[in-house]
Amino acid sequence: MIKVSNLEKSYGNQKALKGISLEVAKGELFGLIGPDGAGKTTLMRILVTLLLPDQGLASLDGLDVVADFRKIRTMVGYMPGRFSLYQDLTVEENLQFFATVFGGTIEENYHLIKDIYVQIEPFKNRLAGKLSGGMKQKLALSCALIHAPKVLILDEPTTGVDAVSRKEFWEMLNNLRHMGITILVSTPYMDEANLCDRVALFQNGSILSIDTPKNITASFSKKLYGVKVETTAQRFECVGLLKELSGIDSVFSFGESIHITTVQQNIDETTVKEYLNQKGHQGISVGKIEPSIEDVFMELMQNEGN
Amino acid sequence: MNQLLGFVKKEFTHIFRDGRTMVILFGIPIIQLMLFGYVITTEIKDARIAILDHSNDNVTREIKNKILSSGYFRLDANLLNENEIDPIFKKGNVKEVIIFERNFAQRLEREGEVNIQVIADASDPNTAQMLYNYTNGIVQDYTKKKYAGFTIPVQIKSEVRMLYNENMVGAFMYVPGTMALILMLISAMMTSITIAREKEMGTMEILLVSPLKATHIVLGKVAPYLLLSIIDAIVVVCLGNLVFGVPIRGSIFVLAFLVILYITMALSLGILISTVANSQQVAMFISGFALMLPTILLSGFIFPIENMPYPLQLLSNFMPPRWFIDALKQVMLKGNGFTYIWPNILILSAMTTVFLVLSIKKFRLRLE
Repeated sequence: MIKVSNLEKSYGNQKALKGISLEVAKGELFGLIGPDGAGKTTLMRILVTLLLPDQGLASLDGLDVVADFRKIRTMVGYMPGRFSLYQDLTVEENLQFFATVFGGTIEENYHLIKDIYVQIEPFKNRLAGKLSGGMKQKLALSCALIHAPKVLILDEPTTGVDAVSRKEFWEMLNNLRHMGITILVSTPYMDEANLCDRVALFQNGSILSIDTPKNITASFSKKLYGVKVETTAQRFECVGLLKELSGIDSVFSFGESIHITTVQQNIDETTVKEYLNQKGHQGISVGKIEPSIEDVFMELMQNEGN
Repeated sequence: MNQLLGFVKKEFTHIFRDGRTMVILFGIPIIQLMLFGYVITTEIKDARIAILDHSNDNVTREIKNKILSSGYFRLDANLLNENEIDPIFKKGNVKEVIIFERNFAQRLEREGEVNIQVIADASDPNTAQMLYNYTNGIVQDYTKKKYAGFTIPVQIKSEVRMLYNENMVGAFMYVPGTMALILMLISAMMTSITIAREKEMGTMEILLVSPLKATHIVLGKVAPYLLLSIIDAIVVVCLGNLVFGVPIRGSIFVLAFLVILYITMALSLGILISTVANSQQVAMFISGFALMLPTILLSGFIFPIENMPYPLQLLSNFMPPRWFIDALKQVMLKGNGFTYIWPNILILSAMTTVFLVLSIKKFRLRLE
């Protein structure tokens, strides 16, 4: 459904995309995972015909994003990274407007948005600017869907939204995928990667890896340990100490705990714990853990750096 | 067509929901018209003067009465000698001092000739000139009536009649000018701001990724403001007529045609500005400085084009309001029709076409 090959794009001297290639199958929920500035938005804007690529090809449903941009604009649903609806129009007026703009009515495709819209329908007379973050996203999704697009392109839809709304939002995407809509979604949250069929890990305008979340975590080649400590101050000190321990490959602070990978066999839970105890840190627990997408991402980034 | 109607409906909702827009649309035109009509007046009324009368006889008293009862002048002080003239001007209240020489009636009787000296504060040259003219007129009138029996052997008289504005009412000049200014403000400024707002709020991004064409967006933005500007034009013409007595001597049809043409021109200019401006502030700045000042200064609205230095006269040819104000005065004051104003119509149409073609060409269908 979406085909991208060797796509390049620069802003002045800054290369935003350095020859990206990927394919998204029909009905797939595809995630672009990566930090801010990785090039996710640029890729999406090229796909929705807002930007022209410098090099390479991109097509949606066989339509070229440069030559056939008019046709693409009738079949794609787009939600920009920033909330971009009319804040001084009500929920219903916004939906009505976008339905008319695409030459349709709300009733025509109501079945597509029904599950989402019923949640905000009680507030249909409220101005869009006065909605909470989660409700704004639901309205924006409804507006992007009201013309029954074949492809849905969502730029960081869950950024700045509370945890519950994020979860609900992904459930909605899942439902839409079952209706046969191809979805390309970007997110800076690594944990959301597991909710996609396949993901592309983005960094600095390049793709580090494309695969299913499962295969990506399975590709992790090193032994991974989680180190739990008691206080934040202690965590910072331990990160420093662990970096000095020979045989340790990488040390990253992951929320409350520290993830370390090892390259040498002689290092395991006990050696790490004893080492930290020796240095005067008590109450530490070390255990082997399964890698997450973020661990893979860190590893790939480190390799890239070398 | 439905898409366009939906867009226009949305625009009206924006306008009616925003108090500030409503004030700009309907408050400012009325306030501006009143301000220009009442404040900037070139007519003399109750100008303060001082009189130094060295004779104080029956003739000087008659002349003084005539001057002070004309309604143009008000006596601020009676001076006793020449030394008081300078201080009273410096104080600034008095704009003119009239001095009658000694033995006024006597000399008039014996010599047939006598002098009145008029000293005016020319720090405001226009006012000074006008005060002198009024004073001179009153004195001439007095002599003519008093010595009606006398005839001077050879005399060339100029009989003046002020055509189209017999009473020299300033509003006749300011109402057409204000109309040009207001319509420019509302049409050009408001459209450029409203399009820039879509860009600023990110909604343009969604509009672009939709089947809407550039013409849909442009027409959808223009239509509501065209309608509202027409309403404003009607308000200005009616107020000008009812409050200031500015006549509409030409045909209403020609007037309407001219006004709608000018509004269309201003709207196209507004769209052109919005293709360059990416934020509301930039749009406001460009339309404020690039449109308002030339409209006021170079259009002949306040300052006559004929008196400008030659380069500025040339420049004024490129100011659309210049051609509009000229045509508007012809239609409203002289009752002229298309036979007389067709060059103005042609120029305004050409300008409109250029602005429209440029803005549709410059309207970007993408973000870059």
